[in-house]
Amino acid sequence: MNTWTIFKRELTSYFTQPTAYAIVVIFGFLSTLLAFTIGNFWQIDDASLYGSFFPYHSLLMMILVPAVSMRQWSDEHSSGTIELLGTWPINIRSAILGKYFASAVVWALALLLTCPIVFAVNWLGDPDNWTIFSGYLGSFLVCCTFIAITTLVSAFTRDQVVALIVSVAICCVLTIVGLEQVINEVRRTGPDAKHAVDVMTQLGVFSHLREASMGLIRFTSLFYFLGLITTCLIGTNLVLKSQRS
Amino acid sequence: MIEVTGLTKRFGSKVAVDDLSFSVKKGEVLGFLGPNGAGKSTTMRMVTGFLPVTSGEITICDLSVITNPEAAKKKIGYLPESAPLYNDMTVQGFLKFCASMRSLGGAARQTAVDHAIETCFLENVARQSIGTLSKGYRHRTCLAQALLHDPEVLVLDEPTDGLDPNQKLEVRKLIKNLGKEKAILFSTHILEEVTAACTRAVIVDQGTIVADGTPEKLAAEGGGSLYDLFHKVTTSETNAA
Ligand SMILES: Nc1ncnc2c1ncn2[C@@H]1O[C@H](COP(=O)(O)OP(=O)(O)OP(=O)(O)O)[C@@H](O)[C@H]1O
Ligand SMILES: [Mg+2]
Repeated sequence: MNTWTIFKRELTSYFTQPTAYAIVVIFGFLSTLLAFTIGNFWQIDDASLYGSFFPYHSLLMMILVPAVSMRQWSDEHSSGTIELLGTWPINIRSAILGKYFASAVVWALALLLTCPIVFAVNWLGDPDNWTIFSGYLGSFLVCCTFIAITTLVSAFTRDQVVALIVSVAICCVLTIVGLEQVINEVRRTGPDAKHAVDVMTQLGVFSHLREASMGLIRFTSLFYFLGLITTCLIGTNLVLKSQRS
Repeated sequence: MIEVTGLTKRFGSKVAVDDLSFSVKKGEVLGFLGPNGAGKSTTMRMVTGFLPVTSGEITICDLSVITNPEAAKKKIGYLPESAPLYNDMTVQGFLKFCASMRSLGGAARQTAVDHAIETCFLENVARQSIGTLSKGYRHRTCLAQALLHDPEVLVLDEPTDGLDPNQKLEVRKLIKNLGKEKAILFSTHILEEVTAACTRAVIVDQGTIVADGTPEKLAAEGGGSLYDLFHKVTTSETNAA
């Protein structure tokens, strides 16, 4: 109930300020741009979008997601409204979830509005739309994970810029660690690197996203994403509680 | 209705509130006085359940704030010191949101919002965005938020801060009126306010109570003036340094 009230307030605030519109337009534009340039959309003849479109989402999201969510809790600290939330007869958990879901919905919308490229590939060729759907789902899970990370980081500080920098850094690491180029470099160092390679592949978001965009959402991927999200949100709860003492 | 016993708060090694005890009954208005940094806001934040206590017990209408915070918080209306608000909302939207957080819905919510707007003289700015309000109006909006659910206990941290002289007078009158059937704890730096609105006052210094009584009694202790008493019992920065 309270979660719903806070969710509505947060979502409205994304749309009364230019944030939501900016992100929808910029994400749509950049993701399409990347697909047609470094994604080699024309050359690789990629009707299911798995090579040209989805892999670059994590690169965009590692910067854009923290930019949208950085104020989630740091703003509450700096404006003092956390004192209202903390003295209303509500559980702080409902505030965390309400804010989190509002961010997630904004991003779901941003992803949804990249649909012209799906129409385009359907017009140009004959893709498997379930594979594309799976790619979107993977992309959304990456995005939700990054939101959760930003939520946790923003709970620590009243400074939005610090929240932005730190969460971008964490999301960058999670993205870069799993990139093929990086993995290949590590693999070249010798046969001993096999374990490191395995760990890095599982730890980064990239391998999970790539599998999803090939139509394969494994249980381990779900576990990875949902585990990270839950951990971050529980962490947020602990941070917010401990901060006041 | 507010019972505080042995309340202590430490921030690291610093003692902000030191073994404080007081009570406010129904129909009482308790003025909380003290120099800057005395621990007034910290005490209020603990009474309203925002800050956890280091030790001590607080009950609101016989409900413990420490073990049963959600039930106790329902009874309290709180105006924080800085009058925090969501700047991207309108006054009306904000009050509606606050009412929803207090589990008011439908017609009851509308009545509560309208009544709060009227009580705090916010008709002119009801549709204005909070980010563009002047300081006094911000303060009044936050005060309206505290009155929405007609709470039995009001905790107001410097309710007249930033208001113009007319509004100060109105808010004092409001506090006095509300105090007839509620328990009110409010802090202030304006000593006239104590005489005008309080049934009782305490002076806090460095986290402990140094004077307690009706305004008349305190004035008598100070040799006829509250100012003199305040000056006498509190350590000013120059003395402390
Ligand atoms: N979060 C905190 N961490 C460390 N010290 C704190 C914290 N909050 C308050 N204090 C300290 O506790 C003491 C009491 O502060 P408080 O805000 O309660 O004073 P006050 O009586 O409200 O003063 P004022 O009249 O200026 O509003 C101050 O010395 C302050 O520095
Ligand atoms: Mg204060």
